[in-house]
Amino acid sequence: MLLQYIANGIAIGMAYAIVALGYSIVFGILRLLNFSHAAVYAFSANMILVFMGWHFGIWGAVAVSIVATGLLAVCVNQFALKPLRKKNSDKVANLITTVGASYIIQNLMVMYLGSERKTFPFFYDFGVSIDIGFYTITSAQISMFVIAGLLLVFLTLIIRKTKVGLAMRGIEQNPLAANLMGINVEWIIAIAFFMGGASAAVGGALIGGYYQLAYPSMGVMVGNKAFASAVLGGLGVLHGAAIGGLIVGVLECLIIGYLGASYRDGIAFVLLIITLIIKPAGLFGKKNITKV
Amino acid sequence: MPLLDVNNISISFGGLAAVSGFSFHVEEGEIVSIIGPNGAGKTTVFNMLTGVYKPDAGSIKFDGVECNGLAPQEIVKLGIARTFQNIRLYKDMRVIENVIVGMHINQKYGFFDMLLRTKKFRTCEYESAKRAQQILEMVGLSQHTHDYAKNLPYGEQRKLEIARAIATSAKLLILDEPAAGMNTGESESLMHFIRTLKDKGFTILLIEHDMNVVMNISDRIYVLNYGKKIAEGLPEEIVSDPQVITAYLGVTKEGKDAAGD
Repeated sequence: MLLQYIANGIAIGMAYAIVALGYSIVFGILRLLNFSHAAVYAFSANMILVFMGWHFGIWGAVAVSIVATGLLAVCVNQFALKPLRKKNSDKVANLITTVGASYIIQNLMVMYLGSERKTFPFFYDFGVSIDIGFYTITSAQISMFVIAGLLLVFLTLIIRKTKVGLAMRGIEQNPLAANLMGINVEWIIAIAFFMGGASAAVGGALIGGYYQLAYPSMGVMVGNKAFASAVLGGLGVLHGAAIGGLIVGVLECLIIGYLGASYRDGIAFVLLIITLIIKPAGLFGKKNITKV
Repeated sequence: MPLLDVNNISISFGGLAAVSGFSFHVEEGEIVSIIGPNGAGKTTVFNMLTGVYKPDAGSIKFDGVECNGLAPQEIVKLGIARTFQNIRLYKDMRVIENVIVGMHINQKYGFFDMLLRTKKFRTCEYESAKRAQQILEMVGLSQHTHDYAKNLPYGEQRKLEIARAIATSAKLLILDEPAAGMNTGESESLMHFIRTLKDKGFTILLIEHDMNVVMNISDRIYVLNYGKKIAEGLPEEIVSDPQVITAYLGVTKEGKDAAGD
């Protein structure tokens, strides 16, 4: 059974990982915990259902929702955070604003879409499963792993190998110098938010499909788990977020298997607390994040 | 027409007039220095030139284009790039990456080139790396290409800042106290280096406290004190200017004796 739980855990963990990326990308560039990310994630799954209602077809709906969710994340930045940065506000003000934005998004969804749980299509399940001895890997788990894995590789390539990624790292290390070397800082920040939002949307589609459910407050639990994953791996470090997500996913499935499903949601937060006590910078984080 | 033509710029912070009515110009191919005691407003002038601050009044014309009010990244596009008094490198990047960041505005490929890794994307990244290597050779940092910026010796970090500024394809390099914290040997070699930059066709605007450097390489000098221009001219005129001596050394009975350093 152990291997079965681990296989389940890796699949769901990959989805946590790509939601966790959004926290990490934004934290990397702005040193800001973006708590609106959970609501942005919920928005993606709910919008997929809306777009399906408009006869986009499931894949079309997913594609449009990825773009729409990316744009929503950009809007949070443009309308809520950018004005604060312009006024040189306190970091805490930014942080609280992201919490506020998350409530606004979530409650707008409740207003317009209703708060009830809606069934979400299990669209990437091709009904095939592979039996290996005592355990089974479904095609859905494989697709989840492959889709999330490709996205991780793609985002890592952007950050490591392109001028946009280099500009992001430049801004992270010295925003003023980056600006004075010709980098349009606000534009790059907007791209970072878009990347975070769009990857949350992929996560929303995968997790929504996995549990076959979507509802406005679905972001709360997954968002917090993803946040714990990002902290576990080291905020601002992309591969850290990925591995953090995998660890949280696997442990969660082991707990479901051996202790029962009622303990499943606790594990992410136990890990979060242990990380903060033992290694606050996370597994892959750099030691001194803030230098005065 | 001068390459950089600054007319009557002023800025105040609260009630303090940091710079008032300062005018100067830089011809193409010149090395011009701005000197003055601490707090005279020199770095503020540089910050206005590069768009960090917006002057309250006055005009800044570079190559005939008005830059007062443009954003920093737009000014870089026009061809002005700078270094900083307190080094602002990307410490956790490699030396060559620091230079490539400077090329950001000249790397022209779109999102889809990036997504599909088109030929355009690959050539562009390849060309950037090649050019960065050339620039590093030119400033004499090629043996450090793959070191982390934070591990370079101080003098080399300053050179790297200059390399990064050159990478933006700037015509005018604005150097803010490049010799700060350098020993005599280092500042000698810096002086030599700035001269070679001039020979390569760069125009240079300099803030410097090291009078040995200023007097040796400047074509012309402007002196600021309390945000106002108190003198301008050739180095030999500046050293013997009574107002300059007063500004630097305070009022003395026989101020002229102290002229020189």
